[in-house]
Amino acid sequence: MLAIFKREFKAYFTSPLGYVFLAIFYAFSGLLFWIFALDIGSTDISSVFLMMFLVLMIFVPLLTMRLLAEDKKQKTDQLVLTAPVSLLSVVMGKFLAAYLIFAMGVAVMPVYGFVMSSFAEVSWLPILGNTVGMLLLGGIFVSSGLFVSSLTENQMIAAIGSFFINLLIMLIDTLVGAVPSGIIKDILASISVYSRYSEITNGIFSLSSLIFFLSVIFIFLFVTVRVLEKRRWA
Amino acid sequence: MIEIKNLTKRYGSKTAVSDVSFCARENEILGFLGPNGAGKSTTMNILTGYLSSTEGSAIINGIDILEDPVRAKKLIGYLPEQPPLYLDMTVTEYLKFVYNLKKCKLPQRSHLNEICELVKITEVKNRVIKNLSKGYRQRVGLAQALVGNPPVLILDEPTVGLDPKQIIEIRSLIKKLGKNHTVILSSHILPEVQAVCDKIVIINRGRVVANDTAEKLVHNLSGDHKLVVRAEGNPAEIKKLLSSIPNMDEVRINKENVEPGVSEFFLNAKPGADIRREVSKRLASRSYPLLMMKSSELTLEEIFLKITTGDIHGNIKDDLGGEIMPERSERRKK
Repeated sequence: MLAIFKREFKAYFTSPLGYVFLAIFYAFSGLLFWIFALDIGSTDISSVFLMMFLVLMIFVPLLTMRLLAEDKKQKTDQLVLTAPVSLLSVVMGKFLAAYLIFAMGVAVMPVYGFVMSSFAEVSWLPILGNTVGMLLLGGIFVSSGLFVSSLTENQMIAAIGSFFINLLIMLIDTLVGAVPSGIIKDILASISVYSRYSEITNGIFSLSSLIFFLSVIFIFLFVTVRVLEKRRWA
Repeated sequence: MIEIKNLTKRYGSKTAVSDVSFCARENEILGFLGPNGAGKSTTMNILTGYLSSTEGSAIINGIDILEDPVRAKKLIGYLPEQPPLYLDMTVTEYLKFVYNLKKCKLPQRSHLNEICELVKITEVKNRVIKNLSKGYRQRVGLAQALVGNPPVLILDEPTVGLDPKQIIEIRSLIKKLGKNHTVILSSHILPEVQAVCDKIVIINRGRVVANDTAEKLVHNLSGDHKLVVRAEGNPAEIKKLLSSIPNMDEVRINKENVEPGVSEFFLNAKPGADIRREVSKRLASRSYPLLMMKSSELTLEEIFLKITTGDIHGNIKDDLGGEIMPERSERRKK
C-alpha cells in the first residue's frame, strides 16, 4: 500500500496535475474568501466553505480521473494486480495519495483565519469545524472519483463521470424540496450530503454526520474494490 | 512446480482457453507456443492471477492462485505482453517502486544494480522510461519481473521488439535464468522456443495440441527415416546404386541438375534404420561426389504448421496464391 501511495503521490508532481489542482484550490478559496469575508468585512467564513462545495465538486475529479483509468490503459494494472498485494491496499494506496493532495489544498483554509485575525477577533472553533467538514466532504468526492476511475480506461470519461456523480450527490438535496412529504422525502433527506455539509458549515457538528460521511467514503471504496475484483472474472 | 489443470476461460459465449492442462517442473524452461490469438496471454494472465479462470486451477508450488493469491503471486515474476511501465518515472524510480510493491527483502541497492547489469539497462538507469526505445522498455519490463528473485518467471513474448543482437542476449539470459528458475515463455517464434526451451506446449484455438520436448516432437511427427541427398553423376546409375542398400524402401530422383551434373535424391528407409554411412560409402566407392545429405525430418516450424493448420505438409498459401514453402509442395506433387 505504501509503495502505491508513494508512487501516486509523486506522480501528481511529475505531471502538472497536482500543481494545477492546488493552484485552482488556492485561487478559488482565496477569491471566495475575499468576496465573502474580507470585502464585506465579516469574520464569518462559513459561506466560503459552503461555496467551496461547488468548486470541489467540479475539480476533485481532476485529481482522481487518472488513478485507476490510466493503469488500465497503460496496462500497468498487470503489474499492480499481479504483485503480492491485496486489492484493498491497491485501492487504499491510490485513495490516500489523492486524498493527501486534497488535504494539502484544505490546509490553506486555516490560513485565512490567521489573515482575518490581523483585522479582528476570530472564533477559531467554527473554522476548525468547517475545515474538518471539508476534509470529510473531500473524502466523498475523492472516493467517488476513484470509483468512476475504476470503471473506465478513459481519463476524460472518468473525470466527467465523477463530476456527474458529484452533481447527483448535490442534487439529492434539491430533490428533497421537490418531493412531497412521505417516506421518499425522508430517505432523500437522510442521504443528502449537501444538507449535512451545510449543517457543518453552520456550526452543527454531530456524530451522526461524521459517521454518515465516513460510511459514504467506505461504500465508494468498497465498491471500487469489487469492481477490480469483478474485472478478473469478466 | 507449476501445475495447470483443465483450465478454461470463457468470455461470455466465446471460449478463449479450453481445458488446458500442463505442468512445468522446477528449473525447467517451458515454451508456450501458438499462433496469435491462440490463448497464450490469457493462460498466462490466469496463471499470474490477473484474470481468473472459469474452470480449472493453476497451482504454483502447491499454492492455488485463486485460494491464496498473495502468497502465490510472491513466487511469480511476470512480464506481460506489453511491459507494465509507468512512463513518467525513471528506470531506477520504477524499479524501486516495484521493489517496494513486491515487499522485497533483499538489499535494495545491490539487488537492483545486479538486475540492471543482468538485462543491460545500467546505462539508461536515470532516464525517464517515456524516452526509452521499445527494446529498452522491453528490458526494463524483464528487469521488473526479476525484482525479488522469484522462483517462477512467466514471460509473455520476452524478445518482441528487440534487435537481433539483443534477442540473442536475452535468450542466453533466459537460458541462464532457467538453471535456477522455472520459466514459462510464450512465443510465436519457433526457433526461439527451440533454442531456449526444454519442453514445448503448443496451443491452438485455446486447446493444447502438443506437449513434449522439442526433439520428441520433431521425431514423433516426422515418422520414418528419410534423407535428402545430393550427388554428382548419372542420376539413373546413382539411383540404382542406392536402391541396393539394405533396408532401403524407396529411392526417388527429386530433381535433376540442381547444379550442373548434380541431382537430388529422396531416400526413404525402413523405420529405425540408419542408412547414412552406407549411402556415403557406396557413393565414395564409385567416386560419385556426395555434396549434401540431410535428414528430411520435419523442422519444428513444419510441425507447428502441421499441428495448427492440420496440413500434413505444412504448406501455407500466401495472399498471392503462391506457396511459402515451394520445395516441400513440389515434393508432394511428385
